[in-house]
Amino acid sequence: MKKIKVLIFSGYGLNCEEEARYGFELAGTDASIVHINDLIDGNVKMDTFHIAVFPGGFSYGDDTGSGKAYANRIKNHLWKPLQKFIKDEKLVIGICNGFQILTQLGILPGALTFNESNRYSDRWTDMEVVGDSPWLKGITKISAPIGHGEGRFVADKKTLAELKKNKTIALRYVKGETATYQDLPANPNGATENIAGILSHEGRVLGLMPHPDRALFMTNLPHWNVLKNEALRHGSDFPDHGPGLQIFKNGVNYFSGK
Amino acid sequence: MAIRIDVTSTISDARALVKAHAFQALAGSVVKKVYVVDSYLIDASLSKPAIQKVRNALTNAQVETSHVGRWLPAHFSYGIEVGFLPGVTDNVATTTQQTIEDVVGRAFKNSERVYSSQTYFIEGTLSRNTVQKIARSIHNPLIQSAIIHDSTLRKHKNVFSIPRVVLSGSSRVLDIDLEISDEELESIGKYGIKDSNGARGPLGLDLDALKAIRSHFQHIGRKPTDIEIESFAQTWSEHCKHTIFSNPIDSIKDGIYRTYIKGATKRIRAKKGKKDFCVSVFKDNSGGIVFDENYVVTHKVETHNSPSALDPYGGAVTGIVGVNRDSLGFGMGAKPVANVYGFCFAPPNKKKHLYRDKDQKMEMLSSKRIADGVIQGINAGGNQSGIPTQHGFMLFDETYRGKPLVFAGTVGLIPKKDVSGRVLYEKKAEPGDFIVMVGGRVGLDGIHGATFSSVEMDSGSPATAVQIGDPITQKKFSDAICKEARDLGLYNSITDNGAGGLSSSVGEMARESGGCEVILDSVPLKYPGLEPWQVWISESQERMTLAVPKKKWPAFKKLMESRGVESTVIGMFTSSGSCVVTYGNKKIMDVELDFLHDGLPQKHLVSKKIILPKEPLRLKEPKDLSGTVLALLSSMNIASNEFLARQFDHEVQGGSVVKPVQGAGRIMGDVSVFRPLLSSRRGVVVGSALTPHYAVLDPYHMAGAAIDNAIRNAVAVGATLDHLAILDNFCWASSDEPERLWQLKESARACYDMAVLYGTPFISGKDSMFNDFKGYDEKGNFVKISALPTLLISTLGVMEDATRAISIDVKYVGDSVYVLGETHNELGGSEYARMNGESLRGEVPKVDAKKNIKLYRAFTRLVEKEIVASAISVGRGGLAVALLKTALAGKKGLNISLSKVPSTINKKDVILFSESQGRFVVTVAPENEIQFEKILRGMVFRKIGQVTAEDAVVIKTGNSNVRIPLAQAFLSYRKTFKDW
Repeated sequence: MKKIKVLIFSGYGLNCEEEARYGFELAGTDASIVHINDLIDGNVKMDTFHIAVFPGGFSYGDDTGSGKAYANRIKNHLWKPLQKFIKDEKLVIGICNGFQILTQLGILPGALTFNESNRYSDRWTDMEVVGDSPWLKGITKISAPIGHGEGRFVADKKTLAELKKNKTIALRYVKGETATYQDLPANPNGATENIAGILSHEGRVLGLMPHPDRALFMTNLPHWNVLKNEALRHGSDFPDHGPGLQIFKNGVNYFSGK
Repeated sequence: MAIRIDVTSTISDARALVKAHAFQALAGSVVKKVYVVDSYLIDASLSKPAIQKVRNALTNAQVETSHVGRWLPAHFSYGIEVGFLPGVTDNVATTTQQTIEDVVGRAFKNSERVYSSQTYFIEGTLSRNTVQKIARSIHNPLIQSAIIHDSTLRKHKNVFSIPRVVLSGSSRVLDIDLEISDEELESIGKYGIKDSNGARGPLGLDLDALKAIRSHFQHIGRKPTDIEIESFAQTWSEHCKHTIFSNPIDSIKDGIYRTYIKGATKRIRAKKGKKDFCVSVFKDNSGGIVFDENYVVTHKVETHNSPSALDPYGGAVTGIVGVNRDSLGFGMGAKPVANVYGFCFAPPNKKKHLYRDKDQKMEMLSSKRIADGVIQGINAGGNQSGIPTQHGFMLFDETYRGKPLVFAGTVGLIPKKDVSGRVLYEKKAEPGDFIVMVGGRVGLDGIHGATFSSVEMDSGSPATAVQIGDPITQKKFSDAICKEARDLGLYNSITDNGAGGLSSSVGEMARESGGCEVILDSVPLKYPGLEPWQVWISESQERMTLAVPKKKWPAFKKLMESRGVESTVIGMFTSSGSCVVTYGNKKIMDVELDFLHDGLPQKHLVSKKIILPKEPLRLKEPKDLSGTVLALLSSMNIASNEFLARQFDHEVQGGSVVKPVQGAGRIMGDVSVFRPLLSSRRGVVVGSALTPHYAVLDPYHMAGAAIDNAIRNAVAVGATLDHLAILDNFCWASSDEPERLWQLKESARACYDMAVLYGTPFISGKDSMFNDFKGYDEKGNFVKISALPTLLISTLGVMEDATRAISIDVKYVGDSVYVLGETHNELGGSEYARMNGESLRGEVPKVDAKKNIKLYRAFTRLVEKEIVASAISVGRGGLAVALLKTALAGKKGLNISLSKVPSTINKKDVILFSESQGRFVVTVAPENEIQFEKILRGMVFRKIGQVTAEDAVVIKTGNSNVRIPLAQAFLSYRKTFKDW
C-alpha cells in the first residue's frame, strides 16, 4: 500500500511541527511540513494529503487571542480546500495551538481561553477517552504534557449539551498515573467539566490541548527513571516509545482499515 | 480618521479575576471588580463593511464581544489605560495590522498604523492616589503610558490621542572637531557628541581612545564625522571589545582572556588529540562541539543586566531572544534547541527605595518588580519562540539591588555539512556579496545599548537603551533561515545584529571579505526622521545580517517574502580594506578596517592584591539542628522555584529527558538532559553553577568551586568528562579598581587550572565588568552598590545514551545511601554561615581536582553499568540539603548515621552544612553494592544509611537523633516562593 501522506501546517510562529512530523514518521507515514503560504500560493495542494495536522505553537504570539490570527489567515485563503478535505472523510488533528485554531475556525465547537491561573503552564496530565474517534481507537487512558496559557475549554450550556448528546467530548482530564505521581490536580487549567479534547465530523476531527507529540518516548514521562529502575531490577525490557505514539498510529490505521 | 475597536469578555475572565486579586493586594477590599478591555486603535481609512470584517476577525464570538468606539462598563470608578509610548515595539499591533491587511486585502500605507492598549476598569470606592499606586504597579513609564480615567470619561469617551512617532531628526552629518582640550574630549566621551538637542548620550570612550581617533584623522587630514565616532564607540566598547579581559595585566602580557580562558582550551585540545571534541571555539557567535558524527551542538550564555534594571520585561525578552540569534549566527545558522536562564536578584524589600538622581525623581524599580518583569520576559521570549527552557536558577543577594544579573543562554544544533557537502559550521562573506538585513526594521530603540551596558548605571543612563522583543518576527526568519535558506545554500555568511547594531554586524563581517560599502538610505525604518548615525548604531531587535551572493539574491528574497519576512539589500561586501557608508550619495564614513578593529590603544592594567580575611568563623553549633535544616530548605537560594519551571515550557520540541523538576516530590534538579535530535538516543546535558558568596573570602577558590560544582552536577546526571565543555560569564563590578582586577585575575587563574585538570575546555564566554549602581537612597544620600564578583559556569555535555541519565530521587525502600567524597571544615561563605550573619569569615571550600577526577571517572563507569539508582551532587546547603532533596524527591525516608560520613572534622554542623566540593549522595540497590564498591575502590566513599518507608529523614548524630518529617520539609521547601 502507498504511504499515507500527512500535511503538517507551519509558519507564523507554529512551532511543534517537527515533533509532530517525527510522530507521524514513526507511525510509518510520509509526513511533510508545509508553510501555510505555500498552500495559499498554490505551490502545495491540500487534496494530495490524507491527514492534516495543526501542530502546537504560538502562532502570531497569541496576540489578539490564541489561534485567532492564524485562523483568520485560513478563513481568508484556505477555507474551501479545508472544508473539502474534511468532507472527503479525511482526518484532521489540532494539538494545543492547533486546537485553538480549529475552535477559532468553528470547525470544533467551544473556545479555549486563559487558564484559571492566567499563567502559562507546563506539566503532565492524564486523560480518559470518552469519545468515539478513529484517532482514539483502542485507547482508554493516556498521559501527555500540556504547555499553554490559554487552554481552559469553555462552551455555553447548549454547546455542552450537544457535545454530550453527540458523544463528541474526546478526552477528559483525570487523576491518573502522572498526576498521582507528582501530586498535581487532575485539571490543569480550570477546563469546563475537565474537558481536554473534543471531536467533530464523526470523530475525524480531533482537537486536544495536551501534546501526544511530547510523549513519543518513555523518557519523556516525568517518572521514567522510576519505571526504568523497576525494569532493571526485574530484568524486564524498558520500551523506547511513549504513550503519545498510539494517536499517530491510529491516524494511519484509519486508512488501512485496522 | 482613527477607528477604535474594543473587545471584552462575555464569560468569567481569568485575566480580570487575577488582576482584581493583585489590585486588592495593593489597595485592599475596596476593589470590588475589575474589567479588562483590549483595544485596537486603527489609524487607517477603512470602509464600514471593512470595519465589520475587522471586528469579526478580532473577536472570538464564543467568549468575546466587540464594540466600535470606547466601551465602558455600567459601573466603574476609575479606568487605567495602559498603552505604549510612541515608537515602542507593539507586537499586538503588528499582528492586528497583518490581520486587517489580510481581511481587507490591501497593505497598509506608510502613514497607516495600529496601536494596541489595555484598559482596566475598577469598580469600588477608591481614591485617586490609590489608583495611581495601582497604575504604577502595572506599567513601566520608560516604555508605557498609563492614563487614569474617571467617570467623566463618559462625556468624551470617543476622544483618542494617537501615539504617533514625530521626529524632527536632521539628516545632516556633523564633522566633529577633536582639536580641543582634554577636558572637552573627556566630556564628549562621557556625555556624547553635542548637537542642537544637547549631548547624544554616552560614548564610553576614554581620553586615550579619543586621542587615538584624533591622531588617526590628523594623519588622514580631515575631521572625523559623527557617525565615524559613534562607530568607534560601538566597536571599541567594553561590551564588544572586552578590553579589560584582553589588555595586558601585571606580568600577563597576553591578558587574562588569551592566557587563562583561551589558553586553557588550547592546552586541553592539544592534550586530547584525537579525542578533542571542540569544533569551533571563541571565534563565532557561539561555541560549538561535536554532537555525533553528523552534527555540532553549540552553546552561548549572555547577560542582559543593564536593560533589565530599567525595563525588566523588555530586557529579559531581548536577552533571551537575542542570545537565540547567537545560535542562528553560529556558522551558517544553528537551530536553537534549548534555552537556559539565570537570575541574580536582591531579596524583596518594600522599605528600600533607590533613585538614579539626587532629586529622587527617577526611582529604580523594586527588586520584586524587576524579578516579576524578568520572569515574564523569559516566559514570553522562550515560550513564544518554541525553544524549551531546560535549565535555570535564581540566586539572591543584597548586592544585586542596584543592577540585577540576568543570564540567558541558548544551545543550538547544526549539521556539519549540507547535502552538497558544504561545511556549515564555518562561513565567509565574499567581496561582491550583497549585504542583506533580515527581520525587523530600525527605530530609535536601543541607541547606545552597547556603550550603556559597558558603564555604571546612573542618572545619565539613556531611556532609548531599552528595547522590547518581538519573538514572532524572529521566529519567522529563524525558521526561514535555519530550516530552509541555509540548506539551499543561499548565503555565504550570517551574523546577529546585537550590540552596536549594523555598525557591529557589518563591521565584523567586513573582516571576512576585506571591506564593505553600505548605502544607509536603503535601510528600512520603523518611522521616518532618524538621523544617519542613529540608523547605523540602533539596536532595534530581531535582525540578522547576511552575505548573499548576487545571483542567489532573487531566490533568497522570494523565499523570505513567502515566509512573511522582510529582507533588504543595504550594500555590498568589498575587498577595499575599508568600511564605507554613504547617505544621500555622499560618503559619510570611510574608515580602514584595521584601524576600526585594532586601533584602540592597549592599556596596561595593574592589579592590587587584597589581603584575604583569615579569621575563623564564630558559630556555635545550633541546639535545634532539624530547625536549621528546615530554615535552609526555605532559604531563597535553596527553596523550590518550581513556579519558574512550570511557566517556562521545557517540553516543546519533544526531547525532554531529565526535567528541571524531578521526582514524585517535585524537587528542583541542578542540571537537565534532553534529546535535540529525536531520531538519536544521544542526550545533551545542560547545567550551571555559581558560588559568588565565596568570592570576597577567596576569589581563586570561588572560581574553583563554581567549576567543580558545575562539572559535578553534570557528572551526577550521567555526563562524562570525555565529552563535557564549559562556558564562563564573569559579571564583575568597578573593574577599574586594582583590587577588583586582582579578584578577576585570581578567578581567571583558577579557571585555567581547573579546566586543564578536568579536561573540560571553555568554548565560549562573555563578561560584563561594571555591575555597579550609583545613585541615591530615600534620604538623598549617595549610594554605590556593586554586585558580588559573580562567575557563572555553564556546562554543555553529550551523553551517548540519554536513557542512562540518573535522576535525583531515591527509588526503593531498602536501597543503601552512600556519600562519595570527603567533607572538610569549609563553612566559609556557606548558606548556613550567611544565614547566621557570618559572610566575611571562615574557610571556603577548596577543590582537589586531581582527586575528584578519579572519582568522577569512576562515577561514569557506575552510570554505564546502570547500578546507580539515584544521585545528587552536594552543593549549596551542604550534605543536609542534599539528603533532604534526594529523599523528598523520592518521597521516602532516610536513616543516616552522621558518624559514618567521611570527614576530616568531627563537628555535627560542619558535616551537615559544609559546602565542601567533590561530593555526591548516591543510592544503590543492595544487590549492586559489591560491584558498586569495587568500581569505587581507592576513592573516599562510605555507606551512611538506608532508604526507609518512614515519613522522615532521621540522622543519627551520636547521642541524639535529628528527625525531619518529610511533610514539614516539604512545607519549608515550598513556602518561600508560594505566592510568586
